Amino acid sequence: MAFSLGTLLSAKPTSARQQKERRSFLLSVMLGTGTVALALAGYIPIVSGWVKRLRPPGALDEPEFLASCIKCGQCVQVCPVEAIVLADVTDGFGNGVPYINARKQACDFSCDAVQCVLACPTGALTHAIDKKEQVRMGLAVLARPDSCLARQGKGFKGKARGAEFAGLHRYIDVDRWNPIRVADRNYDVELCDLCVRECPIKDAIRLEPMSKDAGDKRRTPVVLEACVGCGMCEMICPAEPAAIVVEERKVWVAAAAGVSG
Amino acid sequence: MSEADKFIIPSGNKPAEAPAEAVAVKEKTATGAKTAEQFIMPPASLDERARARRFSIQDLAEGLRVMLGAAPQKRDKATWTETMRAIQVWKMTPEQRAFRRDLLYTHENTKPTFAWRLWRWPSIIIINLLFVVSFWLDVQLVEGALTASRFVGFHMADVNSSLQVVLAYKELLINLLIGTVTVMLMWWLVGGRSFCAWACPYHLLSELAEMLHLKLAAKGWVEDHPLDRRLRTVLYVVFALLALATGYTVFETISPVGIVSRALIYGGGVALIWVGVLLIIEVVFIRRFWCRYVCPIGLTYGFVGATSPVKIQWDAAKCLHEGNCRSVCLVPHVLEFTIKNRAHDSVLDAGPDCTRCAMCLEACLPGALSFKVKGVGDFL
Repeated sequence: MAFSLGTLLSAKPTSARQQKERRSFLLSVMLGTGTVALALAGYIPIVSGWVKRLRPPGALDEPEFLASCIKCGQCVQVCPVEAIVLADVTDGFGNGVPYINARKQACDFSCDAVQCVLACPTGALTHAIDKKEQVRMGLAVLARPDSCLARQGKGFKGKARGAEFAGLHRYIDVDRWNPIRVADRNYDVELCDLCVRECPIKDAIRLEPMSKDAGDKRRTPVVLEACVGCGMCEMICPAEPAAIVVEERKVWVAAAAGVSG
Repeated sequence: MSEADKFIIPSGNKPAEAPAEAVAVKEKTATGAKTAEQFIMPPASLDERARARRFSIQDLAEGLRVMLGAAPQKRDKATWTETMRAIQVWKMTPEQRAFRRDLLYTHENTKPTFAWRLWRWPSIIIINLLFVVSFWLDVQLVEGALTASRFVGFHMADVNSSLQVVLAYKELLINLLIGTVTVMLMWWLVGGRSFCAWACPYHLLSELAEMLHLKLAAKGWVEDHPLDRRLRTVLYVVFALLALATGYTVFETISPVGIVSRALIYGGGVALIWVGVLLIIEVVFIRRFWCRYVCPIGLTYGFVGATSPVKIQWDAAKCLHEGNCRSVCLVPHVLEFTIKNRAHDSVLDAGPDCTRCAMCLEACLPGALSFKVKGVGDFL
């Protein structure tokens, strides 16, 4: 192995041993470069922000979050509804980094605190917060106002997301401590208010009349400053696709509140 | 006195009970090489010779140098200790040569035992299973993955993962510091790269791939292409600089250790394909490619355990120099002194790159290699 770059460049290899060492050296350079290239390939989609995802409660700003996450999944383990999942390499936003797919399973703060934040060993989920109200993961936005049932003055009867939906939610009137399947809940409301009804944060969303006419049943969901972006409204919305969705890392602005269309 | 000791000291010779004097006599007269044969005595017991040995910065530095990829130093005979020279003379007596020849013959027909593997493989499996079972049953015994976890509430963090995070994030949270120091102390105690051989899930997969590689190689179907060992050091620096420059733990994306650990706990994914590719490379092309030439985790733990009290100790008096230990070793350069005329002392320890896998112990019939806990034995 006593083979140096100097020998490689200076002369043609003479002995069989030198030839072997030269081959081994070149192979090492090739495979080493390949390994680094592969690791960097996994970094490209992250730095160019191909895919944005909802991060768990308390996540630092994306660059700091990505830098500090040690990819251990302790946040995944403490979550009672298993809202947090770890990304795969192909997801393009960090192998082993946690995210939340709110439509599939939102964070509904069933843990009554921010257990994931407490579990995080590196502070990627910042220890600066300890209450669910302090979380700012994103902001609920009425993305498809036309499909909103309340805006059409319609009620809702049945299972919010159908019988097959596997998502969990804690219904305090059913079981204070354990989340149950959303599919196990039968709704019957005259005017659909599921997003408001199931929101785990006080005064984060409310329904407002769409006209001054008292006989007008139509209401529109208005997102307020307290919204933490947990995605519960997105998960429970019976419209397909959801009328209301969470935009990750979006910040509430007074002027933008209310209906976007 | 072990079985092997009985072999090595012929019954006709003076027993090993009073060997210190024997060596002393030898040392006084060793100046006249011709007269030496008159004073040939069996060497002092391993314990006595080990006790006489002092911790040497020079040996540690050499170990680290070799771990980083340098070729082991060939030391001049003039630098050998007196004891080593005495043992060399003793080993060249006709009885000893005949004895070793017989033993070598036996050796050829003896398969290595798996005495240590019986502990080691379950160790890897149990450690990793603890994570899995703890999550599945939600018992909160070990939460997290190998990169960072809580063991019954206490923080634990993989030293290399922490290092990468600190380089990328440029901040160190107290929780992570506590976890990292705990794990460092733990692995320092048992020494070397014990993490690799006793806890790493990829190591186990890689060992199986290696067994397959050796089977195929014996049939001539595949061939090992050894790389330049300095590659690992270069990659270590590259990955550290990348973490520092990009602010992202670039290495974690391709770390098969993290991938396998997370796959076991949270379910597998596309990332496992990379692990599969690595294993295929190791079977058909380069024996133990990842562990030998790439893995920064291994190198980090190499530094952590470099000054550990637990060592693999080698006894020159028993060594046959046939090289079985080196042929099974993941890092044969730590056993360079088992090559004839390379050792400068009669008792030496495997360098910091050693994973304490104990395969060399299993492969060595005369028992020249053994685990040694430094300090404790000497104080008792």
